[in-house]
Amino acid sequence: MSLPEELRTARPAGPRTFGGAASTWLERHAQTLVGSLGRLARQPIATALTIAVIGIALALPTALYLVVANARAVTAGLGDTVQLSVYLRLPMTPEVARKVARVIGARDEVSQVVLVSPDEGLVEFRALSGIGEALNALTENPLPWTVKVRPAPSHDSALAVEALAAELRGIPEVELVEADTAWVRRLNALLDTLRQVVLLSAAVLAFGVLAIVGNTIRLDINGRRAEIEVTKLVGGSNAFVRRPFLYSGFWQGLAGGLLAVGLIAAGLAVLDAPIARLAAAYGTSFSLAGLAMREWLAVVGGGAGLGLLGAWLAAGYHLHRIEPRA
Amino acid sequence: MIRFDRVFKRYPNGREALAELSFELATGEMSFLTGHSGAGKSTVLKLIALLERPTRGQVVIHGCNTSTLRRGAIPAFRRQVGVVFQDHRLLDDRPVYDNVALPLAIAGMRRREMDKRVRAALDQVALLGKERMFPLELSAGEQQRVGIARAVITKPPVLIADEPTGNLDPDLALEVMNLFRRFNSVGVTVMVATHDVHLLDRFPVRRIHIEQGRLASNPDVAA
Ligand SMILES: Nc1ncnc2c1ncn2[C@@H]1O[C@H](COP(=O)(O)OP(=O)(O)OP(=O)(O)O)[C@@H](O)[C@H]1O
Ligand SMILES: [Mg+2]
Repeated sequence: MSLPEELRTARPAGPRTFGGAASTWLERHAQTLVGSLGRLARQPIATALTIAVIGIALALPTALYLVVANARAVTAGLGDTVQLSVYLRLPMTPEVARKVARVIGARDEVSQVVLVSPDEGLVEFRALSGIGEALNALTENPLPWTVKVRPAPSHDSALAVEALAAELRGIPEVELVEADTAWVRRLNALLDTLRQVVLLSAAVLAFGVLAIVGNTIRLDINGRRAEIEVTKLVGGSNAFVRRPFLYSGFWQGLAGGLLAVGLIAAGLAVLDAPIARLAAAYGTSFSLAGLAMREWLAVVGGGAGLGLLGAWLAAGYHLHRIEPRA
Repeated sequence: MIRFDRVFKRYPNGREALAELSFELATGEMSFLTGHSGAGKSTVLKLIALLERPTRGQVVIHGCNTSTLRRGAIPAFRRQVGVVFQDHRLLDDRPVYDNVALPLAIAGMRRREMDKRVRAALDQVALLGKERMFPLELSAGEQQRVGIARAVITKPPVLIADEPTGNLDPDLALEVMNLFRRFNSVGVTVMVATHDVHLLDRFPVRRIHIEQGRLASNPDVAA
């Protein structure tokens, strides 16, 4: 009896051509990729917990990011609502008032002026204040001529509006300029701070994801010590032994990323109707902005990348310490 | 070629397993490694498989000095040496197929060729049809043969076996030893540690006999 053909050549097995090598490499990765999925499915609770923690850790900064982005969208439209009220000196003739309004309206920073006479002002005040009866007691109209100024869109930032107000105060006929921009400034400062908070929390939580994945991989490695030892015994390299753990980290990160995206989408769906009602109550039509395709992909890809990195760090640290003993 | 040059091995616990051991096995040669229990047979094989390194002296396998081998080169080195372990070292949670195919998977072989090879190897150790069973569902002798199939599946140029017939009945033991002989006949360097007296008598191959970690002067007396 002689050795069969399959076992005859005393030559190490392996791919012989480059094309063969490349496709074997792909096939090998495909096998490990699927194999690591199967392994994760065999520990459903531990895997689900890890994925849940990753998902929440990714969803938190994403939600905060959305809050800031939406707040920015709201304040970006403030040009429509910011306007300056320019009160002219008393006494004032209609001719001079109209001339001042024309001069102000001719400025580049100004898109529109509306001149309000004392009589019109009184009518408006009566309607808005609800103290019409009391006003009837007045013998003469105490209101000044008023120019309502709307800044040009290119000049509706808080700073530009402040500058315009200062310029208008320099006009001799002007008594008082009111521009309520302080709250816009404060809001913007708040949003800037929030954006830092988003970045900071994203960094902290990314570190958390690395730690979670790393710990899961560490437990996995300990549980499969025998397998790792035997694989090294028969010539498995560190890279070979590490591969399934990398895939396992990748899958968990990817699933965590998808979970985060799902949580965000669900949150947006739940908040959409109440926000629309709120906006309607204020007479505007504002709807929550979600994530752009690019941003969805960034969350999912970030999850997968963090999972892979966490696994790589943990596997690199723990695997080389397992050496076979016979 | 396997060469031991004044090898001295002391285990971390201070136990001296080998002392001044020198011998040489030519490429394509086959030999039995004999000696009493505790003489140092497994230690010799561990040094060849690079599971241990000599405390002093040199172990040279196919021109490769194991003392100076880089850490990163060890896996590639181990792939050139097929090892049958005294305690099998199988993966109990993997079926026979996976256990035998493991070295091929490491080498990155395709599934189709892998199937063919695994079947051929299992056929050689009379285990065809047990691919899907798990090691703990097999008898001790069957487990041993799975280990043998795994050791030969990559057709390594060096094959070492530690008591590979310890749990086998005489007929199967003879089969297995014939298998090693066939590998040897196609150029594989083979070293088998054993104290199976029946086998020693039936195979006229060289014997390397050690006593208390040293080469015994006259092996035939001790056998
Ligand atoms: N890992 C180890 N740590 C410490 N001492 C060891 C170790 N392995 C073996 N020894 C000691 O080295 C000596 C040789 O052991 P070895 O296993 O090589 O003997 P052996 O010839 O294979 O015996 P057996 O026929 O019983 O398998 C023994 O005295 C043993 O106690
Ligand atoms: Mg032994």
